[in-house]
Amino acid sequence: MTHPSTTGPAPVLALRDVSKSFGAVRALRDVSLELFPGEVHALAGENGAGKSTLIKTLAGVHRPDTGQVLLDGAPVAFHGPGDARDAGIAVIYQEPTLFPDLSIAENIYMGRRPRRALGRIDHKATHNATAALMERLGVELDPDRPARGLSIADQQIVEIAKALSFDARVLIMDEPTAALTGSEVARLFGVVRTLREQGAAVLFISHRLEEIFEICQRVTTLRDGAWIASEPLDGMTEDDLVRRMVGRDLDELYPKQEVEPGEVALSVRRLTREGVFTDVSFEVRHGEIVGLAGLVGAGRTEVARAIFGIDRWDAGEVSVRGRALVNGAPSTAMSAGLALVPEDRRAQGLVMDMSIERNIGLTGLRTTVKAGLMDRGAERSRSLDWAVRLQVKYARIADTVNTLSGGNQQKVVLAKWLATGPRVLIVDEPTRGIDVGTKAEVHRLLSQLAADGVAVLMISSDLPEILGMADRVLVMHEGRLTAEIPRSDATEETVMAAATGRAAA
Amino acid sequence: MADISLSRAVRWDTVVGALLIVVLLFSFGFVDGFGNALNLSFLIGNTLPIALIALPMTLLVVSGEIDLSVASTAGLSGAVMGALWNQGMAIETIIPICLLLGVVCGLVNGLLVTKLGLPSLAVTIGTLAAYRGIAQIVLGSDAVTDFPAQYLDFASGRIGDTFIPYAFLPFLVLLAIAVVALHATPFGRSLFAIGASEEAARFAGIRVKRQKLILFTLTGLMASLTGIFWALHYASARYDNATGLELSVVAAVLLGGIDFDGGKGTLGGAIAGVFLLGALQNVMSLQDVSAQSQIVVTGVLLVLSVLGPRVARQIAVVRAQSSG
Repeated sequence: MTHPSTTGPAPVLALRDVSKSFGAVRALRDVSLELFPGEVHALAGENGAGKSTLIKTLAGVHRPDTGQVLLDGAPVAFHGPGDARDAGIAVIYQEPTLFPDLSIAENIYMGRRPRRALGRIDHKATHNATAALMERLGVELDPDRPARGLSIADQQIVEIAKALSFDARVLIMDEPTAALTGSEVARLFGVVRTLREQGAAVLFISHRLEEIFEICQRVTTLRDGAWIASEPLDGMTEDDLVRRMVGRDLDELYPKQEVEPGEVALSVRRLTREGVFTDVSFEVRHGEIVGLAGLVGAGRTEVARAIFGIDRWDAGEVSVRGRALVNGAPSTAMSAGLALVPEDRRAQGLVMDMSIERNIGLTGLRTTVKAGLMDRGAERSRSLDWAVRLQVKYARIADTVNTLSGGNQQKVVLAKWLATGPRVLIVDEPTRGIDVGTKAEVHRLLSQLAADGVAVLMISSDLPEILGMADRVLVMHEGRLTAEIPRSDATEETVMAAATGRAAA
Repeated sequence: MADISLSRAVRWDTVVGALLIVVLLFSFGFVDGFGNALNLSFLIGNTLPIALIALPMTLLVVSGEIDLSVASTAGLSGAVMGALWNQGMAIETIIPICLLLGVVCGLVNGLLVTKLGLPSLAVTIGTLAAYRGIAQIVLGSDAVTDFPAQYLDFASGRIGDTFIPYAFLPFLVLLAIAVVALHATPFGRSLFAIGASEEAARFAGIRVKRQKLILFTLTGLMASLTGIFWALHYASARYDNATGLELSVVAAVLLGGIDFDGGKGTLGGAIAGVFLLGALQNVMSLQDVSAQSQIVVTGVLLVLSVLGPRVARQIAVVRAQSSG
């Protein structure tokens, strides 16, 4: 790899020709990477490209089989995450794990709080040190506030502050924006810029290409565990980057087909769940893809849960193809032809310890049955059929789903629900945290389903996805439906205006 | 990494099964008085109460729940049976009443867990005390022993000079039903899903609460059946019958590789665990080990049975990592 030799400072952290294998899987092959002080460096690659292994190698979780980790130019051997942390390397994960009942300050100084005489904890010093960290980050958070109830964005800030309290010089941010709203992302980027100006090196991972171009200066791309390129982002286009990641030109990311809408398939009338959402009415027709946009917390997921029967509604009615659904009964929703691909695939979409075969089979417990007993043959062929149709990449159908990459897990969730032959499909954040190649596949699939007459309701926080795929866009704000925008009028501005409660366009 | 959980489950089943065979062979060879048909029929007969309750308990633990009130339900059934018999009611009427009582006991547990969302461990510790208390109120300190001879003979006798108690045959039928229910029906499949991830099961349209209610009710039913068998087998209905039996049942089920966190295990393993425990208790009795010491052994086994699969899993993980 080449880096302009004119740059003054030496890399603070580097990998040189690092390889790492797990059994027969070569997760990293001769990968090199240099992180310089004062740069935000993107790590790009599809799911399974080796990003996680690389991060874990930098963070001292894995040790390279061959090659070196260099700290300030000198080889080091981390024997665990503690070593890496002491060397000034901190990892900020997508979903931080704070102690909910402790205050922000206590979370940051957990286990090493300033002491006064007789070993008593010095609350005031803890408070002041935390306040100083927040000021350095340019963020207003009360150090004494308990962590419970903090948004994920705020929790990440706390994690970053904690990293600073360890004098971290290298921050590794693993998909920090995946669960953030637009304004939260903007604030996070403000913090990242501040850190950069203070001389920190940041390694930034995101599946959202526009974010990479917004915040990063250089990018290192991995594909199938191999190093592809490290280069400045100046002068690159998103297409260039995608080509590096997938190794070919990608078909259109939003392959939306024009479909003439048919009869009403899903009808929601004045649906209300007290304190969560109010008076929500809309229809989705066969062949339509209807986008449901809004900020996180606007009540979109909650509406989907109520329609499917996970939560009860307090008033209103839902019908699928003219048949009224029973309140709070997913099994009747399923038999009416409704399917829900939930937001959280790891907790809700899949039983992580169960095999691919059995996970897909879970929606067939009523159909792959012979004389009251499981028809194992029918179950296996149903699961295999759908795993193959969705091109799930797996070694054996009996492998547990937690061995799969995120994108393939999402395909299993889709397979599980498409196997029920739904007439109405609700997908909640269908492409969150999955790579751009798989994302295009999911979009093509949704488009094909709509063309086949399935009514699709797509909840997404990814605005380009909504604009690219939806025939109509419904927008929710604070529990109410605030706008219905036809495809021709839907733009980032019109949707965001409705989502933030400004006067609808 | 892929098949660790699977291979671990298989391996632990096999370990327990092999252990059972080793203990049996050892006892045949070296323990005086073990190998004769009469002792073996005692072994089986004394183990049957544990085995009967282990059937629904296995399903319950697989689904991530537990019922510690089973021994008290058994005791209550026995006590009610004794009290009604003292009243002069026909045994043919008493038995269905007692079974119905068991259903009610299980239903109460199930409703408290599913409707109020309380943890089953806490609920059934509560009903453990409550049901036993009711048993004492019903029967006081009486012991009822004069049940009809043909019932007592059935519950304590064996087939000719073989080692097979009469009661073992209906147990085998129940075992077959339970194996099929857990491992070959949609119901059983849903229990594994519920135990592994209740939320994901709910999102797959599985009626989690209904399945749990069914399980608690079945457990109550089987516990009362066990209580009836106990009173007849030992020809004594007392309020404190089967006290502490829940400990043996849970120990045996966990020993058999049913994961306490739910979602894993096989009924074959659980039953192997039951008879391993039964065989050890029998051998200890033959060696004049006191009842108190036997409880200590059961307790130690309980700890080991929770520890064992975890150690096996750790070994599997380490092996998988180092094989790369």
